[in-house]
Order: sequence, then structure tokens, then C-alpha cells
Amino acid sequence: MSEEEPKIGVFICHCGVNIGGVVNVPEVVKYAKTLPNVAYAEANIYTCSEAGLASIKENIKKQGLNRVIVASCTPRTHEPLFRSACREASVNHYLFEMANIREQCSWVHKHQPEKATEKAKDLVRMAVARATWLEPQEEPELEIKDTSLVIGGGIAGLTAALSLANQGFKVYLIEKDPVLGGNLRRLSKLYPTMQDTQDILEPALKAVKSSDKIETLLSTAVSDAKGYVGNFKVTLAKGEEKRDVDVGTIVVACGAVAYTPPKGLYQYGEYPNIMTQMQLDEILKEGKVEKAPERVVMIQCVGARKGEIRAMDLAGFPKSDTARLLGKILKAKKEEGWPYCSKICCMNAIKNSILIKEKFPQTDVMILYGDVRVYKEYEDFYSQAREAQVKFVKHIEEIPPEITQTPDGKLAVVAYDALSGQEIKLPCDWVVLSTPMIPHKEEVLLARMLKIPISSDGFLMEAHIKLRPVDTQMDGIFLAGAASGPKDVPESIVSAKAAAARAGTLMANKKMRTEALTSVVNEDECIGCGLCEEICVYGAHYLEEGKSHTIAALCRGCGACAAECPRRAISMQHYSDEQILSQVKAALTEES
Amino acid sequence: METAKLEQKEFEPTILAFCCNWCSYAGADLAGTSRFEYPTNVRIIRVMCSGRLDPTFILSALRWGADGVLITGCHPGDCHYVQGNYMMERRFAFLKEAMGQLGIEPERLRLEWISAGEGEKFAALIRDTTQKIKQLGPNPLKAT
Repeated sequence: MSEEEPKIGVFICHCGVNIGGVVNVPEVVKYAKTLPNVAYAEANIYTCSEAGLASIKENIKKQGLNRVIVASCTPRTHEPLFRSACREASVNHYLFEMANIREQCSWVHKHQPEKATEKAKDLVRMAVARATWLEPQEEPELEIKDTSLVIGGGIAGLTAALSLANQGFKVYLIEKDPVLGGNLRRLSKLYPTMQDTQDILEPALKAVKSSDKIETLLSTAVSDAKGYVGNFKVTLAKGEEKRDVDVGTIVVACGAVAYTPPKGLYQYGEYPNIMTQMQLDEILKEGKVEKAPERVVMIQCVGARKGEIRAMDLAGFPKSDTARLLGKILKAKKEEGWPYCSKICCMNAIKNSILIKEKFPQTDVMILYGDVRVYKEYEDFYSQAREAQVKFVKHIEEIPPEITQTPDGKLAVVAYDALSGQEIKLPCDWVVLSTPMIPHKEEVLLARMLKIPISSDGFLMEAHIKLRPVDTQMDGIFLAGAASGPKDVPESIVSAKAAAARAGTLMANKKMRTEALTSVVNEDECIGCGLCEEICVYGAHYLEEGKSHTIAALCRGCGACAAECPRRAISMQHYSDEQILSQVKAALTEES
Repeated sequence: METAKLEQKEFEPTILAFCCNWCSYAGADLAGTSRFEYPTNVRIIRVMCSGRLDPTFILSALRWGADGVLITGCHPGDCHYVQGNYMMERRFAFLKEAMGQLGIEPERLRLEWISAGEGEKFAALIRDTTQKIKQLGPNPLKAT
């Protein structure tokens, strides 16, 4: 409790009839006045109206209030508004508290007005108890460095780097391979326009090369990352050579790779001419086919939409155990395949089948599928393939096709036609396996270094799949391209531009404030066991000289460390033990 | 007359619910915006994450007479803080055991995952929990 004697003002909202039509508001006001430390209480028709907010400010001055409670709707929508009213009247906005008597009372108890009124009184009493323990907090202000690091030089990374450079920011663009371009370097043409990949890649490469804002570092990877939004210190490694860069934001565009089946899966690696779609792309790109194949059989969903690995498995691993974790993931994936639909493979198979048909009209192309998933204009693309006499055969996926070599050195695919239920035998020259886009194995290490969670599919996870699709849980780190899941070129470009815009907005503001909900270590109690450091997913705790310390800018205020600390040496600002326990006690007893 | 009096005194439990700011508290709000009704016995305390809940909070609630305690958090994999809900799940197992040893029915404590979109599930959970706690009767610690 702060030294000043608490003087609490309680403003109880009718919300028109929303609350007032169920809860007896005047009775709650009368009750609030009897509670300890309450200096003032009133009812408002709408506390969020101009008049309501003016009354809060006026009474802070007139009654000398140093705590404010509004009993109305949910803090999730209106807390910021009331907090700013407090601030305007010189009351620190962390000394504000809400009692949710609409969403969690009047609206759910509309046929029990008396009981709802009693509950509203309890909720106000709980808020008063908590408010008594509230303390003013200062929100730390952070400087944001106006330099960005883009990890990955594929089309997403190139696009993000260019977009940031065009906004006027300095960019470090790093690529682990000795050349820029990523997967696009291997692909021949792009669906559905059948554009040459060079048409897209070359202009981007030229623009990056000629930009004086972009410093490109090839054969370079991240080896360590420290810091927080606005102030990251990233160690880059080129072989043995190391270099530190200080950046304000990071765009992760590490992309994805085409899954290579293990030897033996669909006889891959056992016979020649069994290849993946990516390898077919390369063959078509080089254009060096000696003899037109008589028949090509493509098999969809190879190693995709099968097997399972959950984020839970990943979360359980301590940080020190990354190597074992990696082994586990790779083993699980190898044996069982990847659980998700990779989204691009249907279009890619259609594209390659059309390319084969264009080149060798006599070649018979058959696609064995479980489902064909084409959307939007790709439906036309599918029709185009059918018109070109590409044959689509729905097969029974539970019985995987078997591939054998015929005495004349050709291949034969044995599958089960789902429509007739009959076994079909397809002699052919090439078998092409459509495999999913999967995360890089280095991605796990990168995720650990940057403290970005991994989704159940093994990709880097966005902060919110709908509302914050290019943000990560870590402020200042954004995702572009296939790092967050399979994407085709247009989608990669869109997400790269979005990520660059998000990073640019932060850097253009130069400063930001972070919420004061952070952990604080009581050094007298801390025994330096390191449990907080071990469990904190944000790396906000570190041990120094046998004591734990909080890096406020990294702490997100979840409070896990405070709950786990065996010495109760960690306190959470704005959610302290006293604050929570006072509410618990007030909910259950009339004392506080 | 006697029966009427008895009926009036039907046991009304007090249930404390801890909701996390990002999922279950929002789910409780959605129950309100959707006007799903439920009994008035629950008092909600908002915390940022279910992982914040020190076991002593729950034990204190029981000591102070809560007839039931409900802990709600984000679904596995959905935790805003990555794994706070898993940490709570571990403590939950321990708490159930401790309650048994203290002579408090472990069924008085419940852990459920509610997403921000599960208003109906939240309302159903409160109805069900209230019903179950009513059957259990008052918290045995209340009499002492």
C-alpha cells in the first residue's frame, strides 16, 4: 500500500437500462459508501459519456480522491478510456480499477435482479479491496533504433528489406546460403500466370543490390540474440567470423523447404526417376529432357496431412535441451509425415502437369489425389489442366501406392481407384511426389534464440492468427513469408510488406511505452535458485551474483515466475499477491 | 410454513473463478454479450494468466470459505504467454492431492480451458459447477 491514505471514489454506471434495468444501482451506491476507504460514491447514467468522465475528473479534485473505481462494463473495452480520465485529473492510471457488473452480472442474470444486485455489491467490494492495495506505476519509455535486421534472402526477405529501405531505414539482410533468392532459384515457372521466376526475382535482386540502405550479408546466420524491442543485439556468424549488430526491429523471413521423403517412402531413392515436385521443377527449368516420357504419375500429399506433433511437446522441453528436441521433431516427422495441408502442392502439381503437356503433348499425365484443394482463380487453373487431358484419379490414400520397377527398366505404380475400388496398375517413366513445404531445421534454433513460440505445425507462430498475423509474441519481431507456414509467392510478398510496415511503424515512432505489469525481485529473499530464469519464456530473468534480476522491457507480466518462486521473492507490479488475495478475501468475507 | 422456510434456505454456494485476461475472461464477457444466463454464485477475479495463480491463492480461498474454486485459462497451445496454462495444470494436480490430504473434497477445485470465443461454454461451465458444488454442500472448513 502506498503511504498516502487511500481515498477511493466509486462510480456506478446504469448503462441506460443495461445495468440499471436489472441491478438496483442506487442500492449499490449506498452500499459502496459503507465500505472502508471509500470517500465518495455516485451513480451515472453512462459513466463513459462526456458527463460521466467530467464527473470523475471533477470529483477527483473536489473530494481529493486518489483511487478510482468504475463499476460498469468490461475493462477489456473501457479501461483505457477511464484510465485516461484519471490521468487527466493527475491520478496515476494504475490507481484505477473496474468492477464488471454488466457482461459478468446484469447481462447474465437478467431474471434474478435481487441476486444480481447482491453480486454487484460483492464485485464492488472486491474492487475496493484491490484498489486499496493499488500502487502508482511508471511505464518505462524505450528508444527504438531505426535499423532493422531481415533474416532470410528469399522473395519474402528481399521484399521486406526493400520495403524497409524505401521507408528510409537501414537494413541488414542476411542469408545463410551463398546466394540470394531462396526457393525461387529452383522453381521454373509460377502458377497461375506461368510467369518465369526470373521475372520476379531479378528485379528484386537488382533493387536490393543497388540500394545504399541495405547491407547484404551472405553465408551468414544468427548465432545469438539478446535485447528487446527497439534494442536488439544480434550476433551474426559467417563461419567462424562473428559480428554484432544493433537493431530496433527484426523481420524473420527464413522461409520453408520442400520436404524430401526418407529413402523408401514411395520407393523414393530406390529407383531412378522417382522425384519430388521440386526436383521436377528443376528438370523443367533446365529443360534438359532427353526423351519425352510416355507417362508421368504424380502422387499428392506425400508426407503431408499425416502424422502429428503438437506444440505441447515442444513447450515441455527445457531450453538447454534443444538438440534432443530437434532430434525428436525430425524423427517424428520422418516417420509419420507432417500433419497439415501445405496448401500450394495442388496448384504446383497442376502447374507442372500443364508444363509437361505443353512440352510433350503425347505424354500421359496422371495425378493421384485424395483431395484436390484449389481455390479462387485456381479452380480455372484446374479446369485448364483437365482440358489439356491431365487425368485426375482419386485413390484410396489409406493404401499407399506401391511403386515397382518393370523388367524393361520402367516404373509401375499400383494404386486403388477410390471410385471403382479396383486396383489400377500404371506403367510410367516418371513418378513425381508432391511433398509439403516444411520448416527449416534451423528454425527451431532461431525460434529459441528470438524467443518466438513454434506452432503445432512446427512453423514460427504469429501473435494472433487473425488479428496480428505478422506479429510475434515478442514485440519488435515480425514474420514474413513461409516462416509462419506454407505460402506461395503472392502471399509471401503480401506478408513481407505487412511485416515491413509493422516494423517501420515502430521505428518511425522512435519511442514506445511498455505496460508496467512486470515482475520485481526482492533481492533479500532471492536465493538465486534460477527457477525463474528457467521457466521464463521471454528470457526476462537472469542471475547475477547469486540473485535474480528482471529485464523490464522483456517481461510481459504473466506472473508465472511469481507463482513458481519457492521463496515468494518475486512480486508482480499491478498484480501483487496482496492485490489478488485482498480480492479473494473480499469475495468470501465481509472483512477486507 | 416450515417447508417454505427450508426452501428459502437452500444452500447457495460461493464459487470463486479465476479468469485469465486473454481467453477465459473474454469468454465470460462473451457469455454476457450473448446474454447466456447462468447462476449468480460465481465471483470472477481477473489475472493476466492462469500461470500467475500461486497455489496459496486457491488454498486461501478455501480457507476463507469458498465452496468451490474454478480456474480457467486458454486452451493448450493458445496461452498468450506460451505456457502459463501448462504450469497451472501441473500445480492443479498437486492442489487436488493437497486438498484430499486436508480433508477438502478435491471436486471443489476445477480447471477448465475456455477460449475468448466460448461464451456458451463458459455459461454452461458455471451452471454445471454450481450444480455440482450444491450437491457437495458447504465447504467443510467453513464450520471450523
